[in-house]
Amino acid sequence: MSKPNIIVIGGGLAGLMAALKAVEMGATVQIFSLVAPKRSHSACAQGGINGAINTLGQGDSPQYHFEETIYGGDFLANQTIVRDFCYAAPGMINLLDRMGVTFNRTKEGLIDLRRAGGTKFNRVAFAGGTTGQQMLYALDEQIRKYETQGLVQVLFPWDFVSAVIDDNGVCRGAVCQDLTTMEMKAFPAEAVVMATGGLGYLFGKSTNGTACNGSAVSKLYQQGVTYANGEFIQIHPTSIPGDDKNRLMSETCRGEGGRIWVYKDGQPWYFLEEWYPNYGNLVPRDIATREIFKVCVDMKMGIDGENKVYLDLSHIDPDYLQRRLGGILEMYEIFVGDDPKKVPMQIFPTVHFTMGGLWCDASQMTNIPGLLAAGECDFQYHGANRLGGNAMPACMYAGDVAGKTAMNYAKGLDKAAKDVSSTVFDQELKRCIEEDNMIRKLSGKENPYILHRELGEWMTNNATVVRYNDRLEQTDQKILEIMEKYKNIGITDNSTWTNQVVPFTRWFWNMLELSRVIVKGAIARNESRGGHYKPDYAQRDDENWLKTTLANYTSSGPELSYEEVDTSLIKPRPRVY
Amino acid sequence: MSKDIVLHVRRQDSPNQPSYWEKFTIPYKPRLNVISCLMEIQRNPVNAEGKKTTPVIWECNCLEEVCGACAMVINGKARQACAALVDKLEQPIRLEPLTKFPTVRDLQVDRTVMFDNLKKVQAWIDIDGTHDIGPGPRGNEKTWTWAYEISRCMTCGCCMESCPQVNNSNKFIGPAAIAQVRLMNSHPTGANNAENRILALMEPGGADDCGNAQNCQKACPKNLPLLTSIADVNRQIIKQGVFGWFKRD
Repeated sequence: MSKPNIIVIGGGLAGLMAALKAVEMGATVQIFSLVAPKRSHSACAQGGINGAINTLGQGDSPQYHFEETIYGGDFLANQTIVRDFCYAAPGMINLLDRMGVTFNRTKEGLIDLRRAGGTKFNRVAFAGGTTGQQMLYALDEQIRKYETQGLVQVLFPWDFVSAVIDDNGVCRGAVCQDLTTMEMKAFPAEAVVMATGGLGYLFGKSTNGTACNGSAVSKLYQQGVTYANGEFIQIHPTSIPGDDKNRLMSETCRGEGGRIWVYKDGQPWYFLEEWYPNYGNLVPRDIATREIFKVCVDMKMGIDGENKVYLDLSHIDPDYLQRRLGGILEMYEIFVGDDPKKVPMQIFPTVHFTMGGLWCDASQMTNIPGLLAAGECDFQYHGANRLGGNAMPACMYAGDVAGKTAMNYAKGLDKAAKDVSSTVFDQELKRCIEEDNMIRKLSGKENPYILHRELGEWMTNNATVVRYNDRLEQTDQKILEIMEKYKNIGITDNSTWTNQVVPFTRWFWNMLELSRVIVKGAIARNESRGGHYKPDYAQRDDENWLKTTLANYTSSGPELSYEEVDTSLIKPRPRVY
Repeated sequence: MSKDIVLHVRRQDSPNQPSYWEKFTIPYKPRLNVISCLMEIQRNPVNAEGKKTTPVIWECNCLEEVCGACAMVINGKARQACAALVDKLEQPIRLEPLTKFPTVRDLQVDRTVMFDNLKKVQAWIDIDGTHDIGPGPRGNEKTWTWAYEISRCMTCGCCMESCPQVNNSNKFIGPAAIAQVRLMNSHPTGANNAENRILALMEPGGADDCGNAQNCQKACPKNLPLLTSIADVNRQIIKQGVFGWFKRD
């Protein structure tokens, strides 16, 4: 019997982990990625990976990790699955260690740990200041081994265009486009695992790479996949503002002793330490972001009256800093020109992480059988706010589960993808090619990149740190307006070889559809919880809003409904740091 | 005096067509990088003569010098476009694709050979599987210091670009893959396959083809210890070559 074929969309941590698992269980895997897997955005994860391996003997345990993750996420995450993830996290760190990740070491050669926000334990395993890079490479190397054995095929630069869904609503494969030759093809598979990461690029400038455009998940949403908790976007407190993007400056700078301050009456004012004596600079991200925002925007006390504050490491031993944070401090020096070991950095909050995502069950299966989601593009591990260091173990865990589920599902199918009528694939392919041709024919005056910037500015100004219903409504109107302008786009490149404008224009439509999910979800949720903050509804409202937002596509916009949150293990209580 | 930024871009419509130069002027803003300029051309694809043109094609993702995607030749030097700040570059800024790899279009090249080289040298740790079998071998802070440096190789290709031995008439595998052999062989589990990796580097195009020009380490944007790595791997090759005879069973 031939091996089941699994398609994985996205070559970052979650996608590669899913692929590895599926191959081990007997699949062949095709990985489609916009960039070489080694160049995926997972490489940008800096701080490290949480897991209660307790090598420092502080009494940490997976149970504390679980409780702090739920609390940090303001009780919006489903608890059973988060518990399973936290208990699996130490195993994930050990696995990465066995694969050769160059984790920093203790004197006895154990994995060293440092602190992140929302916890008092050192729980973050790390490789200098570039942990995601080392982790991604380790998985990529394992994938390469399987490539030489003919079990994995890695295709890049290829774009996911749409899922192939048969008349019974079962996913049978995907239509993808070779971004070099521009050829579109339908690929059959027993299961498709989406691992496309976050959607930060939708906001124009964020810490995300340009591949994190949210297009694939938006397309699936338009094809009938439920999108959950869209309104929950994490704004990272510390980034370096730039013209092309805002670059992340890791939370673990504060984990290593970094302090945030501005001048007040001529003296440094450590406002987080003053306001949060217990956690100080290591309050969770949503809180740190709001307080920096308050100091700069409301109190007008930012550096030189501008929107920035100091992140100060200059009191710490430079050799220590080099060993623990080297990579990112070099990055700051390259892009800003100052040496953070000597001069305080200047930072400001920016869009960082997508807590919401494709709805899926505990086995990572979406509401379309045969279609799975894993990693930042799924919705289920971080609730209303993600804790620092939790992205990478969640990607690893979700990828692991998705790989297993995909294979178990494939084995249970009564009809292999190759036995599905070819018209199912032909029809979807035809639809995609027609859409592509329609984009190529756009000959108006609007430029898609300028419209993208306009969308990003509206979304950043109105749907990030502080949200007001009237401004969100205006933003939704603006999105509709841009959707009208979309019809008047002029395609500036008609080449049939390595054309970047046509795919970008396709992504941009998908970004617009997904922006409405974020905005509509935010308008409806009249409370404040984690990353979602409305001054007009400043309190968390468990009675009405302890529930997961579900968005389903209709031609007139997202239709919202809600689902109970699993709170079976920890009783929700007020979140006070 | 206008403060426009002037870019000269070496363009090529497809692999088999000739390349040509196109000039662009971009309104000046402080602290721009080369990527911001290319993004501005996407928003306004008009060249310096005021003629409509197509946006320049290039590869990028992270924009913070970690992914290795946006390597190109900038004013004659191979480097990442995201980390190339306009204020520090002489104008006009000349952008060209890396020359040691096939050009796909404009500034985008095909670096598949670098990933194939990693396959040749088996640059992975051969583990039993991804199931949880507890902690890995203990590490050592001293090894970590240089191993971590090598583990930051982005496969960007700047070392290949700078190396005179990487050319059309030579199959030299290049510094990046050799450094990965040193990294993998230093890992307690990786050491189990050290011989295979060394054998791969004893093939034509292996470590022996290094001409010791020493350009690679200067070209590496991450300052990887490429020279000591090549020297170390050469020692391993000699050891395996000489003692390999005695070890046969």
